[in-house]
Amino acid sequence: MLKKRIIPMLLLSKGRMVKGVEFDNFRDVGNPVSQAKIYNSLETDELVFLDVDANRTGSDFDKMLAVIDAVSEECFMPLSVGGGIHSIEQVRALVKRGADKVVVTTAAIESPTLISDIAESFGRQCAVVGLDVRVQNGRYVLYSHCGQRPIDTPIEAFVQKMDALGAGEFIVNSIDRDGTQTGYDLNSVRLIKSLTKRPVVVAGGSGNFSHLVDAFKEADADGVGCGSIFHFGDNNPIRARAAMMNAGIPMKKIK
Amino acid sequence: MIGVLDYGMGNIKSVYNSLDWEGFDVEIVSDVAQLDDLTHLIVPGVGAYFKAMENLKEKALIQPLQDFVASGRPVLGICLGMQILSTLGTEGHETPGLDWISGRVDLMELDDLPVPHMGWNALVFHQSHPILEGIKDHVDYYFVHSYRFHIESESDLIANTEYGTLFPSIVAKNNVVGVQFHPEKSQENGLRMLSNFCEWDGTC
Repeated sequence: MLKKRIIPMLLLSKGRMVKGVEFDNFRDVGNPVSQAKIYNSLETDELVFLDVDANRTGSDFDKMLAVIDAVSEECFMPLSVGGGIHSIEQVRALVKRGADKVVVTTAAIESPTLISDIAESFGRQCAVVGLDVRVQNGRYVLYSHCGQRPIDTPIEAFVQKMDALGAGEFIVNSIDRDGTQTGYDLNSVRLIKSLTKRPVVVAGGSGNFSHLVDAFKEADADGVGCGSIFHFGDNNPIRARAAMMNAGIPMKKIK
Repeated sequence: MIGVLDYGMGNIKSVYNSLDWEGFDVEIVSDVAQLDDLTHLIVPGVGAYFKAMENLKEKALIQPLQDFVASGRPVLGICLGMQILSTLGTEGHETPGLDWISGRVDLMELDDLPVPHMGWNALVFHQSHPILEGIKDHVDYYFVHSYRFHIESESDLIANTEYGTLFPSIVAKNNVVGVQFHPEKSQENGLRMLSNFCEWDGTC
């Protein structure tokens, strides 16, 4: 049986790890490479690295490559990387360094054929589409550029288009909930799952383990992205996994 | 010396790093001449079946690989590298494979489950094999794939995995073994399996 995944999301800014609220007011939360090693030693299911500056200030891609290089030398676990990816050459450079999947958000909106190019060169499983959303007038509105620019395209049409082009997974990230620790936006997962057969990871808002349980049990998320819940406080993936198993959610068995 | 085959199909660095971490002499191999020095060969790969076979042909690697297998030295295929061990692939269009383990590779067609099959899933051992030494039955490995191997002979089946239906997650014949999951991404249990492979003499 396929297990549910608990996925720490490590936001990068100029080679450091940061965390914000509603995609803003980022503060430093440590060194991403040492944190990745800790997560690896905690037998974490998967890690996602997202450069939050890439589309805001145009931070250099090389810093992210250096982080992935260092992480993949010692962390033998699944790695997804995103933030500012807009060319197949960048994807190739990341995959070569040990990234299993790339997360494309802004470029998926601006140049959708990048998704089909990734799927063709590296397989569908490599192309993860990030969906940064806010609820406005009762509807989910997509945003590009790390939450800076609202997009006119309805999310339903966009998800179906990405699916047809070759997306292998979706990460739906609620800008409204990001960093608030008030719980995931479960309706966003239900909506995306109704539109695609691809795995869906939810992010934005986790503050305690019952939020994770809800995402799995109430919305059938395939994975949960975790930021503040692990950065601020004494929670970690081992404790989270134990809590999920107590709630009857299938988790990875290692021994 | 353990060789990791670079034939333009993706993530070879992770496989290299994991073997290096485990203390084996390892090199990335892209040239036919390097094959002679190897004791073991690992064929990784992500992407499409037909593209993998195209690349092997372009690099004139098919015959040297056949010779390598005939020499009795152990070969490990990972993910797409496992799938191309088959007779035929149907991804994109029908493509003949290396045909070391009889069978075909088709899209996973599942009614109610997401495809790709992505995440941690358990191995259910079918028969013993040297690469399973010290590994418990039913522990989880990291999978990420949309296509699956249909084997012709049950004697080539080492382990199954359940996803809607049972499918072969480890196949083996003589000195060739293939794993559908990513041992190089499966932490301690994955490293153990890679070490087992590197310590295997190719006989069962």
